[in-house]
Amino acid sequence: MLDIKNLTATAGGTEILRGITLTVNAGEVHAIMGPNGSGKSTLAQVLAGHPSYEVTGGSVTYKGQDLLDMEPEARAQAGVFLAFQYPVEIPGVTNAYFLRAAYNAKRTAQGLEELDPMDFLDLLEEKLKLVEWGPEIMSRAVNAGFSGGEKKRNEILQMAVLEPSLAILDETDSGLDIDALKIVANGVNALRRPDSATLLVTHYQRLLNHIVPDRVHVLAGGRIVRSGGKELALELEERGYEWLTDAAGAVA
Amino acid sequence: MTATAPRATEPGWLAALRREGAARFEALRFPTTRDEDWRFTDLAPVAKANLGAARAAGPLTEADLTPYLFGHAEWPRLVFANGRFQAELSRLTGLPAAARVEPLADLLADAPELVEETLGQLAVQPASAALVAQNAAGFTDGYAIVLPAGAVVDTPIHVLFVSDANAVLGTTLPRNVVVLGANAVASVVESYLSLADGVALTNTVTEASLGEGARFDHCKVQREGAEAFHLATFDARQERDSYLNSFSFAEGAAISRTNIYTTLAGPGAHATLYGLYLGEGRQQVDHQTRIEHAAPDCTSWEVYKGILDGHSHGVFNGKVYVHPEAQKTDGKQTNKNLLLSETAKVDTKPQLEIFADDVKCTHGATVGSLDAVPLFYLRSRGIPEDEARTLLTYAFAADVLEEIRSRPVVDHLEDLMRAWLAKAGRRGRAAAGRESA
Ligand SMILES: Nc1ncnc2c1ncn2[C@@H]1O[C@H](COP(=O)(O)OP(=O)(O)OP(=O)(O)O)[C@@H](O)[C@H]1O
Ligand SMILES: [Mg+2]
Repeated sequence: MLDIKNLTATAGGTEILRGITLTVNAGEVHAIMGPNGSGKSTLAQVLAGHPSYEVTGGSVTYKGQDLLDMEPEARAQAGVFLAFQYPVEIPGVTNAYFLRAAYNAKRTAQGLEELDPMDFLDLLEEKLKLVEWGPEIMSRAVNAGFSGGEKKRNEILQMAVLEPSLAILDETDSGLDIDALKIVANGVNALRRPDSATLLVTHYQRLLNHIVPDRVHVLAGGRIVRSGGKELALELEERGYEWLTDAAGAVA
Repeated sequence: MTATAPRATEPGWLAALRREGAARFEALRFPTTRDEDWRFTDLAPVAKANLGAARAAGPLTEADLTPYLFGHAEWPRLVFANGRFQAELSRLTGLPAAARVEPLADLLADAPELVEETLGQLAVQPASAALVAQNAAGFTDGYAIVLPAGAVVDTPIHVLFVSDANAVLGTTLPRNVVVLGANAVASVVESYLSLADGVALTNTVTEASLGEGARFDHCKVQREGAEAFHLATFDARQERDSYLNSFSFAEGAAISRTNIYTTLAGPGAHATLYGLYLGEGRQQVDHQTRIEHAAPDCTSWEVYKGILDGHSHGVFNGKVYVHPEAQKTDGKQTNKNLLLSETAKVDTKPQLEIFADDVKCTHGATVGSLDAVPLFYLRSRGIPEDEARTLLTYAFAADVLEEIRSRPVVDHLEDLMRAWLAKAGRRGRAAAGRESA
């Protein structure tokens, strides 16, 4: 599904990713953990095609395609979805319009007919149930004035509508209360398919209780310094990152 | 030169107004950029064109107007072509018996006293003096709305000022007067349209007197041809507790300047001034607004937005002037501009002049290009870049259109904006194509 090899990237001239290698197979959930500023969001944004990061080396293959060669919109249309750590407010564009535009862009790319507003509303009704929201949210401008938790939930709603093959969730659990965390986790689990994969960036074991990862990776200083099974997350919870980052520093 | 066009039937005061206008315009001529109020808009091309009076329009049919009509079929409608009333295309039914809604020329012939205290008395701001003088000297016709106390005309009155090929190389001088008695309500949409391309000048003046508690919705839609010059002055006087809701939409003409002025003359008067201007190519689109707070406890709220593409030049100069007696004034003024190209530019100058001590006034202006962050967010959801740009550009401006009270007018202007954005998108792609080729 996703094959990242030796990926290096810079922002504003500073090297942030220093050689990431990671393979995610269909059906798998991988968790990416690591200290603040280690490059987790950068990796997520680079995969989504954010123009402010420059890829300086390595390759990313997604479903056999060179992902780095694709425009951000083409990546999304091909099934890559990034739930932002900081979802963006778009005043003046309603959630309903935004979701339909995104949904129809994907359909158009697949050579399918666009869905008209009425049919789309039916589809939305289903998706809203998944995040336990009423329809009121649809007439509000995208994320404008949303609380931190509502913004995260809105990311999951978008994911539910777009049904991605590769979902990258960047700290979607941060800032959620316990109930909202369950809603988000249930949403992610409900959207898992044998032919889709999930990359979860998180700081907390508690999310991994709900979404059980196949692999856990620790990113530090722009490199993966440790990979393991789900028990690695528990170990991190206990011991913190220092023992790993020290080791990484010693290696470098 | 614009000659005086007095009519045999005109009363003495009007003849005097025309004479004074002619003399004044002769002395002032068109303003130059040395004049502070005209610093950013050079009317030299207008002066140089030296246009005489427009000739009468050729025959017009309903079909010629169809593309410019909107709203409901029963809306009252007045059509002027090259400044002359077109009775057969107009419809003045469904109005309250006491309301006078008719061509100004008819009203002046019949009951000039109804507008004597308004016509030529309100449009007195020095910045517009030359334009108003030229108009006074030579105006042919326009709309007159005179409502007695309590009269309510709830549907918008659509006034179309069209120019056809006979207006090319000519000057059209529409003159409009609105007199609303206490608690009267009226709504007007003034559309300015060109049916033929070519250099032509429109210099229009509208004066509106709002009695106590009156409400007036004024929406101006300027869609003149690519080579046209459009000059416009709207000046209102508002008595106690009256409400003016003004909207100026401008997308046409090579050079346009719209003055929107109001004087809050009675306590509790309220004015909201909104505008949206769209520029492309080498268009010059200028708005000047002036709100005179001349009485206590008045409020004014103003939002103008501009979207500028190509080599266009937008100008916004808004002044809120608070007189010493205007205590408890509450005023807010905002101008936001979005530049779609590196070659477009904006001069914006929101100004407050406050001579009272107990007031709440703020103003602000922004000029910027589309924000990269929301653009990436939309693209990351699969929305193609051009579509994302169009969507964000639309979102930037659309909220201001919502301030127009009549839904069909909002819908129409939304359509115009979408059409304009689609054109801008095509221009953008064509330019990108040239670059990569
Ligand atoms: N556009 C940018 N320009 C300059 N520096 C950047 C940019 N984006 C990220 N960085 C820097 O790169 C480093 C990694 O940032 P990143 O956001 O990827 O960290 P993170 O692992 O997601 O951290 P957190 O856990 O706090 O979310 C940080 O030092 C950050 O300041
Ligand atoms: Mg991060």
